[in-house]
Amino acid sequence: MKSRRSMLFVPGDNPAMLSTAFVYKPDSVMFDLEDAVSPREKDSARLLVFHALALPAYRDIERVVRINRLDSEYGLKDLEAAVRGGADVVRLPKTDSAGEIQELESHVARLEKECGRPVGETRLIAAIESASGVVNAVTIATASPRMIAIALAGFDYLVSMQTRRSGGSEPELFYARASVLHAARMAGIDAFDVAYGDVNDDEGFLREVEIAKQLGFNGKSLIHPRQVDLLHRAYAPTQKELEYAKRVIAAAGYAQRNGQGVVSLDGKMIDPPVIKEAELVLGRVYAS
Amino acid sequence: MNTPVEITQIPQFSGANASTPYLADPAMKLHRKLCVSLEEAIKRSGLKDGMVISFHHGFREGDKVLNQVVATLANLGFKNLTLASSSLLNCHDPLIDHIKSGVITQIYTSGLRGKLGEAISNGLLKVPAQIHSHGGRVHLIQSGELKIDVAFLGVSCCDEFGNANGSHGKLSCGSLGYAKVDAEYARSVVLLTPEIVPFPNHPASISQDRVDLIVQMDDIGDPSLIGVGAARVTKNPRELLIARRAADVIEHSGYWKDGFSMQTGSGAASTAATRFLEERMSAQGITASFALGGITGAIADLHKKGLIKAIVDVQSFDNDAATSLRDSRAHLEISANEYANPTSKAAYVDRVDVVVLSALEVDINFNVNVITGSDGVIRGASGGHCDVAAAANLTVVVAPLVRGRIPTVVGHVSTIVTPGESVDVLVTDQGIAVNPRRLEVEKRLRDAGLPVMSIAELHDKAIDLTGEPEPLEFTERTVAIVRYRDGNVIDVVKQVKA
Amino acid sequence: MRIIKQAVAGTLESSDLLVKVEPNDSVLDIVVRSEVIKQFGKQIRRVVAETLARMDVDQGTVVIEDKGALDYAIRARVQAAVLRGSGSDELNWGQMS
Repeated sequence: MKSRRSMLFVPGDNPAMLSTAFVYKPDSVMFDLEDAVSPREKDSARLLVFHALALPAYRDIERVVRINRLDSEYGLKDLEAAVRGGADVVRLPKTDSAGEIQELESHVARLEKECGRPVGETRLIAAIESASGVVNAVTIATASPRMIAIALAGFDYLVSMQTRRSGGSEPELFYARASVLHAARMAGIDAFDVAYGDVNDDEGFLREVEIAKQLGFNGKSLIHPRQVDLLHRAYAPTQKELEYAKRVIAAAGYAQRNGQGVVSLDGKMIDPPVIKEAELVLGRVYAS
Repeated sequence: MNTPVEITQIPQFSGANASTPYLADPAMKLHRKLCVSLEEAIKRSGLKDGMVISFHHGFREGDKVLNQVVATLANLGFKNLTLASSSLLNCHDPLIDHIKSGVITQIYTSGLRGKLGEAISNGLLKVPAQIHSHGGRVHLIQSGELKIDVAFLGVSCCDEFGNANGSHGKLSCGSLGYAKVDAEYARSVVLLTPEIVPFPNHPASISQDRVDLIVQMDDIGDPSLIGVGAARVTKNPRELLIARRAADVIEHSGYWKDGFSMQTGSGAASTAATRFLEERMSAQGITASFALGGITGAIADLHKKGLIKAIVDVQSFDNDAATSLRDSRAHLEISANEYANPTSKAAYVDRVDVVVLSALEVDINFNVNVITGSDGVIRGASGGHCDVAAAANLTVVVAPLVRGRIPTVVGHVSTIVTPGESVDVLVTDQGIAVNPRRLEVEKRLRDAGLPVMSIAELHDKAIDLTGEPEPLEFTERTVAIVRYRDGNVIDVVKQVKA
Repeated sequence: MRIIKQAVAGTLESSDLLVKVEPNDSVLDIVVRSEVIKQFGKQIRRVVAETLARMDVDQGTVVIEDKGALDYAIRARVQAAVLRGSGSDELNWGQMS
């Protein structure tokens, strides 16, 4: 099962980073055409990302493109570059309503047809960055079968809420996190936690990762390569968890091969959610 | 066979100081070595045109001795000198003018960098430069090929008899490992120091019985510049990734056990590997019996924490290392002969289990180039690379697979410094390759789940990214000869075509 | 496409390149300066020429200052400079791959 622990942000106007981000083996890489790129460079960055998408080095990494909003002068052009360039996923920033996802979806489908990609192949992620987005999270998450994840973007959200990060247990993010998580679980998609801005503060980063993991976030948006390995280690199952997960998967496989409707392990029945959890655990095994 | 000496052949006693008149005069007896100026020392050293002068590179990029001495020699009208510095760095670019004007006409060195390296690559010297390893230099001296006439050695402090060290005093560089050899073998030894201290000075890394002349020189070097360039500590995420992977390799190599011995080279990823080894050592209760080098503050730190029992230091790469040398009884200062000379009676490199080294290029036969850049220009140093690679039980080379558009893994290195048979594992940010001579190591690493692949595969990955580079073009002229540690020629560097 | 005005794309940062285009009434003049000119000069020139050809650019002065950029970045920056120099917003994606 494809694990989505780490989504590494890479500025779309920076060839040095575009040329090397794959080295850190994040689960997903997000080529950013939005906040990382100044207005004067949007056109050039768009072309850099279009070409970077084709690099064989990114073959084994999920390639996400964060386009500008569709109501900006850049959004549709970014989308052309993303879909024609072969992006696996398009991430829509500042998503406030299901309608925005549906609008995006119809453009994507049109572009897929125009450039000969299988319709439905390009998936979507919605980034929630405002009060509206948080409140509409469920409808956003279920707005399209192309949706694979919903991500909470902390900085803009807190600004819109007229507050800021406090460090520590951060009550100011609690509701947003809970809302995004519930929406993700209802829609059966992944949930991403906020990016951690202080790249030199490993301890603070890891504390936040623990919270996110405990809440149930599948992964986190990352803004610096060194965060990738730290995150992967924090999400790695313990030896015990891993052993158990392997046994569950083996039992499920055994049941399937022998046409048994019920999966059992150690004399106990294993429900589908347990099997799903075991798959999740296996997807999080730390690889060097 | 020792023939007994005939009594008639031995001169008769003719006074207590007949053979050593300078000891009869009280002032001469005590102060004779002190010179009022560098010019006086040069005069008294007996240096003549065509002779060999030597220096050590303990101050690395902060060195001030070599440039000052050579400038003075130039002013005095010296010509055709052979320069034998243990290494040359970017700060020695002023030598270009002295070569052009004929003051220096031949060079023996471990490294050539900066504009000087570039100039020599473009044919500045009339005879090829001789490039040797640290151990190989000692062998060349002992074998008689490199006969040093006058050694000019910068030391942090010394007394008027010449007991000197590099570890105490305001301008300290730590270990005088290279200087010790020159002091042993040069015909005339001149010490240059900012601090002439009361007798007897100790510790005496260089002992009074090796010293001829002493000059006060206020500015022998800038200690803050020792740890720049090759020896810096990195925050670069790619170098850190490589360093962590190197630690993974060491941990699963089969050499990871309590009491193991280690060395890290001067590249950023090699020195960073020390930090990653630390976490594993603490967690698993493994201590190193000793660390050899090229000693950084990171190593000194592990020593302080009790994770490395002894430090064996031929060169201190930063202030922390120099301080440790001063303060710790188990931080030992050794000479280059004790360090790496293959023909010495015993070399520390032969006791090293694991070494982490860097590389400019590695080819599909694991040959390593640390001396010429991808454009064929000399910009590095042989250093201790081939010495410790040959001797260590496990030689790990670390490097990014691609530097900008330059592939590190190539079909053939432009210059061989360390032969592939001495290199066991190549660790890059995009995969690990193990020399086919070490199948047992490869199996251990694969079993541990590390990303192991063939070196050909790594090469393909590099070329897929960068494209195939055009082969370099050289003229027929040899500008440098690369000497292996036993003195034999392992490769030559040709002049780059303009 | 036709280059009708001077335009610049890219930067002199490591792994990037600076592309300057200028109108030229008679010929297509490509000048390449690179940190890795010996090893990749030919390749860089080839990629630039290919990229221009696919955009139907046959006149203009194109100056490349390369800092070790990979081929994909060379294509992207040349395309961006040409588009900026053409004064047009219309991108024919078929010409871009």
